[in-house]
Amino acid sequence: MALLVENLTLDRGGRRIVSDLSFAVEDGTALILRGPNGAGKSTLIRALAGLGQPSAGRIVLLQAQKPVDIADQLAYAGHLDAVKPAMSVAENLRFWARFLGSAEVGAALDVAMETFALGPIAQQPAAMCSAGQRRRLGLARLLLAPRRLWLLDEPSVSLDVATVATLCGLIDRHCETGGIALVATHTDLAVARKETLELRPPERPAPGTGQNGLVPASGGAMDPFLAENIG
Amino acid sequence: MDGSLRSLLGRELILAVRAGGGAGLGLAFFLIAVLLVPLGIGPELALLSRVAPGLLWVAALLAALLSLDRMFQADLEDGTLEVMATAALPLEGLAAIKALAHWLTTGLPLVLAAPVLALTLGLPPAGIAWLVGSLALGTPALSFIGAIGAALTVGVRRGGLILSLLVLPLYVPTLIFGARSVDLAANGRDPQSAALLLAAVTLGTLGIAPLAAAAALRINLR
Repeated sequence: MALLVENLTLDRGGRRIVSDLSFAVEDGTALILRGPNGAGKSTLIRALAGLGQPSAGRIVLLQAQKPVDIADQLAYAGHLDAVKPAMSVAENLRFWARFLGSAEVGAALDVAMETFALGPIAQQPAAMCSAGQRRRLGLARLLLAPRRLWLLDEPSVSLDVATVATLCGLIDRHCETGGIALVATHTDLAVARKETLELRPPERPAPGTGQNGLVPASGGAMDPFLAENIG
Repeated sequence: MDGSLRSLLGRELILAVRAGGGAGLGLAFFLIAVLLVPLGIGPELALLSRVAPGLLWVAALLAALLSLDRMFQADLEDGTLEVMATAALPLEGLAAIKALAHWLTTGLPLVLAAPVLALTLGLPPAGIAWLVGSLALGTPALSFIGAIGAALTVGVRRGGLILSLLVLPLYVPTLIFGARSVDLAANGRDPQSAALLLAAVTLGTLGIAPLAAAAALRINLR
């Protein structure tokens, strides 16, 4: 599997956020998105998740050289945790497990609770959770149903040190089993197979000038792959 | 996908009956609004029974409007809507389930409470039967048209007012045919034509509203 992004241009509210960005991620790789505030990390992740239409360019997910529907392969965790305060921690997770089509709801629930240490607060209303607990509950969603492509927007915010380590372990395991992870973050995540993509805000006025917002930080290793797949 | 739809419906119903969910709000409004009318226009039963069909329908319509603005708003605020939009379930299915849940928690209680209120206003028995029938036929349209308005105003701060302005004009056909069928039946005439038109409006709405609401959600999620 591979995620290809070709000449992607993204506008938001009439402003150019990302212009003419191209990159490719092969399976088994965690691509860390870096850049100052406003560089377009969240906008890029949202666009990859299908929230918002690119102004130009395209996003393709290839499986065995054939394009497949991203929505079936995708797990998205944004700034908000998608947690219902009126339901308990366990109820929240059970709903997502069913909604996302988990094969074994009970087993998936146990694994997710165990991994993020949610057991002790399982019956507590989510409204009573601290910010970190809520974030753990949000991230636990990733474990409920297997998805090949993880899109994580600053997942380590408000997590304690131990949980950040857990998260890094999960991303590693996800990549080892052939998944792709895109992680926008400001902290150093100790992820084994990572590449880094530096985004910077396009120079204004950028619209139409075709300014490349990509600085290849991990060498030009991706280029032959791009050339092979896109020609 | 079946499992997704069912889990979503279950969650909507649970959230509606929990604190801050708003189930029962529409019903309470309906009861109070109708019971206030005799206090306002006097206890003369002949007059009350004459205005009862229109009155009950207008009250039901406003009651249905009451909890519409939270249909998508709460899910947008806590990020649930984004996650759902990125899942494999089409937004059309999501919108249809949301509207169905709104009807089950708001419209259906109105249908069940209507006969009691109709009695207090002195509506003749034939009219009561058709009141229940026309509300059962017409209130789904209120929820589904409402879903379009709720989806259009989902990102708008204090969008409830704009929502009412958008949705109320669209409720007009349902109101006219619904109230007319009860009126005809109460006066011993055949209400079938009005009831058929009411059913047609509802069926058309059930078909179109999920598509329109999903399109509006897509724009608002950008």
